[in-house]
Amino acid sequence: MSVLQEISSDVRNMKQMENFVLFRRTNEIKEELRRGVRKSYREVIDVSWGDPHRAGVKPLSFVRQVLAACLYPELMDGDKLMVDVKQRAQRLLGTCAGGSVGSYCATAGIPQILQSISQYIMRRDGGVPCHPENIYISPGSQWALTNILKVLVNSEASPRTGVLIPVPCHSTTIISLTTLGAVAVPYYLREERGWALEMEELQRALDSAKGVCNPVALYMINPGNPAGYVQSRKSIQEVIRFAAEKKLFLLADEVYQDCVYGKESEFVSYKRALAEIGAPLSDSVELASFHTASKGLMGECGLRTGYVELVNLDPAVMKHINNLFSTNSCPILGQIALDVMVNPPQPGDPSYPLYLKETQHIRASLAQNVRRVEEVINSFPDFSCQPLEGGAFAFPRLFLPPKAIERAKEAGLQPDTFYCLRLLEEAGVLFSPGTEYGQKEGTYHIRFCIMTPTDTMEEILRRLSAFHEQFMKEFS
Amino acid sequence: MSQEAVNGVPCRGKVLTVENMNPNVKRVEYAVRGPIVQRAVQIEKELREGVKKPFTEVIKANIGDAQAMGQRPITFFRQVLALCSYPELLEDNKFPEDAKQRARRILDACGGHSIGAYSASQGIECIRQDVARYIEKRDGGISSSPDNIYLSTGASDAIVTILKLLVCGEGRDRTGVMISIPQYPLYSAALADLAAVQINYYLDEDNCWSLNVAELKRALNEAKQHCKPRVLCIINPGNPTGQVQSRQCIEDVIRFAKEEHLFLMADEVYQDNVYAEGCKFHSFKKVLFEMGPEYSSTVEMASFHSTSKCYMGECGFRGGYMEVINMDPEVKAQLTKLVSVRLCPPVPGQALLDLVVNPPQPDEPSYTSFMKERTAVLAALAEKARLTEEIFNTVPGITCNPVQGAMYTFPRITLPPKAIDKAKAEGKVPDMFYCMKLLEEEGICLVPGSGFGQKDGTFHFRMTILPPTEKLKVVLQKIRDFHLRFTNEFS
Repeated sequence: MSVLQEISSDVRNMKQMENFVLFRRTNEIKEELRRGVRKSYREVIDVSWGDPHRAGVKPLSFVRQVLAACLYPELMDGDKLMVDVKQRAQRLLGTCAGGSVGSYCATAGIPQILQSISQYIMRRDGGVPCHPENIYISPGSQWALTNILKVLVNSEASPRTGVLIPVPCHSTTIISLTTLGAVAVPYYLREERGWALEMEELQRALDSAKGVCNPVALYMINPGNPAGYVQSRKSIQEVIRFAAEKKLFLLADEVYQDCVYGKESEFVSYKRALAEIGAPLSDSVELASFHTASKGLMGECGLRTGYVELVNLDPAVMKHINNLFSTNSCPILGQIALDVMVNPPQPGDPSYPLYLKETQHIRASLAQNVRRVEEVINSFPDFSCQPLEGGAFAFPRLFLPPKAIERAKEAGLQPDTFYCLRLLEEAGVLFSPGTEYGQKEGTYHIRFCIMTPTDTMEEILRRLSAFHEQFMKEFS
Repeated sequence: MSQEAVNGVPCRGKVLTVENMNPNVKRVEYAVRGPIVQRAVQIEKELREGVKKPFTEVIKANIGDAQAMGQRPITFFRQVLALCSYPELLEDNKFPEDAKQRARRILDACGGHSIGAYSASQGIECIRQDVARYIEKRDGGISSSPDNIYLSTGASDAIVTILKLLVCGEGRDRTGVMISIPQYPLYSAALADLAAVQINYYLDEDNCWSLNVAELKRALNEAKQHCKPRVLCIINPGNPTGQVQSRQCIEDVIRFAKEEHLFLMADEVYQDNVYAEGCKFHSFKKVLFEMGPEYSSTVEMASFHSTSKCYMGECGFRGGYMEVINMDPEVKAQLTKLVSVRLCPPVPGQALLDLVVNPPQPDEPSYTSFMKERTAVLAALAEKARLTEEIFNTVPGITCNPVQGAMYTFPRITLPPKAIDKAKAEGKVPDMFYCMKLLEEEGICLVPGSGFGQKDGTFHFRMTILPPTEKLKVVLQKIRDFHLRFTNEFS
């Protein structure tokens, strides 16, 4: 039948997500529950995604009111919507071609929204200039990252293009690299030191690439995913200097920049740190930094909108990047959400009190969850969690007994996948295994989203604790 | 931080340069948003700054964006989407019950009952089920499985995904992809990006842009010498040409694909945009199945649809899907893996698609107004298609094939030799020279035919038929006047 036994080798080489076996089983269990099969739980709690809404966090009212008004402007006729909602919707509709969110926008995004974003970035970075022409809005930050990687990765070159990536790392990025025919060069973050990035390790990773590939870029996630670190200014500047010296293009995935809760932690953007280093590095180090509407307090993952800011790129290269982005434009609704994200209601605005209440509630819940997660996880001798400083996840380390590891191998599963599968089966909680993200050989981790309502987190921790005790006993 | 870079002063010592960047990306061009549009945007800026010009606005007839040109969205769709965005509105009695019902159903299928949650990579299951049902209904009952439906970020995303899946091999074994000339430049851009071999087959301008198999054979046989042809792309109704393929033609293409073991990519995003009398949209799948099991169980195909065109014109939502037919299960597993990299398509676009395949039924409150709006949009387009062909054919030097479907006209323009020389002297392709002059003198933005491909020595432009009828009349007259002036100037 098939003419397609041969397909792109890049696609064939893509690793099947470790999560796949867990997703499949989750769907089966949900179906079983629907059919009335008895289990020790009534519903599956899925915290395997960085998806606050899925986990039960409510969308911010102001964003959704603006979206509704933009979708169906007749809504603005009555008194149901606040004045500032109407004003924002009207202003944004005015930026859309034909006054409709159904039109295409310019290649890089709606110009006025690009302007808003650049002003937000300047405010964030204490005044470091930001030019809208260097910003591209895309259907999700990963889309923009893929486009930038496409430009960097020469799949026909020999040796192949290499990109340094942290271990552990966001799984989608790893897969994207494979589909582009690039080589991932891992550098290990030091778990015992709060997932610190050590320069000797970066050097080791770079050295390991000799003869294997040609490293052109360094990808870093800050705040972290899956690990919940926030990189210090000092560390960021060390990385920048390293990139400058070794001629590496910097890719800074900063999508969790609004999720910082560690008491000693402060988000410093790579761009700001670069500017603070000063010339000549600040004028020459090439940097792409990524942000999104999916994370932070808004959590609008389903709108699929993010952006990249490009710093110090060769103008001739920028022209080609422009062509690449021109072939598929970004959803308009997501851009509207971005505008609200970078320009939220201010004190004095009619919608501000509710906005404040909702965002404070999310922040307080997150802080509470962090406290409880660290407390509960660290109370187990065979479970440990580095201090959670930022991001949306906990990534605790599991010290699995040899019997459990053995059983996992018999089942043809990675040990942490085995743990997650059992957790799903017996406790109805879906986490994702550390294998998905990369980890030091012989270590095991699990990742779960901590941006949930507080009672959901309590339930998760209750089920996890009960299961964990049982599991450890079984395999002792 | 210095802006030397932005000002165009070349910077030494860059890590990423034009020399070492991915060479495939350098070949990516997309004329629909290319240099002429960039100049149009610049002119709009100048107008806003008060610069005097012979016109007060730039008419952007370059891109198939109906709502940008004033077409109204379908009320029912926007009501449901507003309800999905802000579910508190479900308490509002301003909204009809059928809209609320659909919104509730969509929200129930979303994580946390929010359109802000990720969905499964392949798309929300109940929406894929609805799409499958719609396809079955459209195709007279031929069965469609939701497992073969992949929702996507516009049809473009699905098209690029399939190409990414299929392009492989080195040197003489590199995958060759057949595409019509003229074509929609997303295809050429994707093929350049993937370093696939583009195999051009020429549509017959003298015969209403029809496709003939002899030409397919010619193109294929020539290509076999330097690549491995494995894919055949066809856009029906056509973009930029507007032709609607006859049923016979579709059968011939399917037969050809079977004989030559080609994967068929049927781009059918304009399936509701059919205007000419005697023309009808025949879905490739329907024809395939009506040709019997010898074909329907063997020919591999993907067909594409979108929420951007037809009567919806909702380009900004990036909604779309593909249906894959007869795909090897192992290959399909790879496809499923590949789409997971995108995480998921925009959920509002998925919701919108659900409404397109599940519109108000005759017994529902919104039916009458929905049908009224839909009919009005399609009737307006049909009238504009007719008007465009009529007026262009009155201009000596412009010949225009009937706009049977889609949203564009692709007339052939005769350029005087002196104009061609002048263009070449300025380093411009002749139809780009023509279109740039039209833009500067009349503020009308079209896309030169060279952006879509055309037979050597011929020149065209693509214009959308989307401006409101009165404005369209003015645009057509201005182009007529411009063409006569141009011909005169270079005689």
